[in-house]
Amino acid sequence: MIMATHKLDITNEHCPMTFVKTKLKLAQIAKGDRLEVLLLEGEPLQNVPKSATEQGFQVLEVKQIDGPVYQVTIQK
Amino acid sequence: MFDFSEDQINRYSRHILLQDVGVEGQLKIAQGKVLIIGAGGLGAPVALYLAAAGVGTIGIVDGDVVDLSNLQRQVIHFTPDVNRPKVDSAKEKINLINPDVNVITYKEFLTSENALDIIKDYDFVVDGTDNFPVKFLINDACVMAGKPFSHGGILRFEGQTMTYVPGSACYRCLFHMPPPPNAVPTCSQAGVLGAIAGMLGTIQAAETLKYLTGVGELLTNRLLTFNAKTMDFRKIKTHRREDCPICGKNPTITTLVDYEQAVCDLKDRH
Repeated sequence: MIMATHKLDITNEHCPMTFVKTKLKLAQIAKGDRLEVLLLEGEPLQNVPKSATEQGFQVLEVKQIDGPVYQVTIQK
Repeated sequence: MFDFSEDQINRYSRHILLQDVGVEGQLKIAQGKVLIIGAGGLGAPVALYLAAAGVGTIGIVDGDVVDLSNLQRQVIHFTPDVNRPKVDSAKEKINLINPDVNVITYKEFLTSENALDIIKDYDFVVDGTDNFPVKFLINDACVMAGKPFSHGGILRFEGQTMTYVPGSACYRCLFHMPPPPNAVPTCSQAGVLGAIAGMLGTIQAAETLKYLTGVGELLTNRLLTFNAKTMDFRKIKTHRREDCPICGKNPTITTLVDYEQAVCDLKDRH
């Protein structure tokens, strides 16, 4: 099975819309697919991976992209 | 399928965040059709919360007009609504809270004549009525039509509620027949603490949303009662009765009946 990778930029969103937008995107992708989420350090970086894990998604990777911008890879 | 607008995503964000509701659950709520019978003490909080939750279609049945004495607990009606039909007042508030909701009004009381026809288009029925004859009528009509419903009743400082789905204990499994007219006071005779209506109605609203989304366990085969004086809540286990006259093995009730009402209730209904 080919797993697709999707992208989402929530660097302009604030809590709780950061995770709302992440959930919306996750709802649209197939099980097993990956979602690369661009988000800012601080609250989004603290909460989005934590909430994703709590709600049964797998956080595969968190990496710094550029200064305050991070990429979190979540698998559905 | 995921065609919520930005405003709707924002409006329903606290549901979308919930693990058990999420986008899928919010879509089920948006596709839900709920009938509220009675736009009074119970129907008011039920209608307000279901409207806020984004239930797609809300039907409201009530033949009454707003009376000043209603405003102590029927929080969907405001002072300028006195003498207006309750369904018109309720529809206006529902759409002020949430213009997405399609409201269908029935400016009439539920009777054995119209009950099956009114309930047939809905997924879930909420009993927000204040008298036994119509509570039994709602039960019988919902059992016959295979419609799930939430029963609710309040009096003085107390409330009770149960949820029926086809196959679970029905209201008649618990209470065989309505009490004789005037044997039990209605809240228009005995009084009721206004906030009790909110306590019970919001439980019914939560049951409705649980039914629509499939989240959790409904109050089926259990009767929840509370007394607000002590804030004691009890859940009493109930069972479907094989000899129930409506949902049992050999039902003796095969047509809907209008039981006699207490005299003082009838005179309010000119």
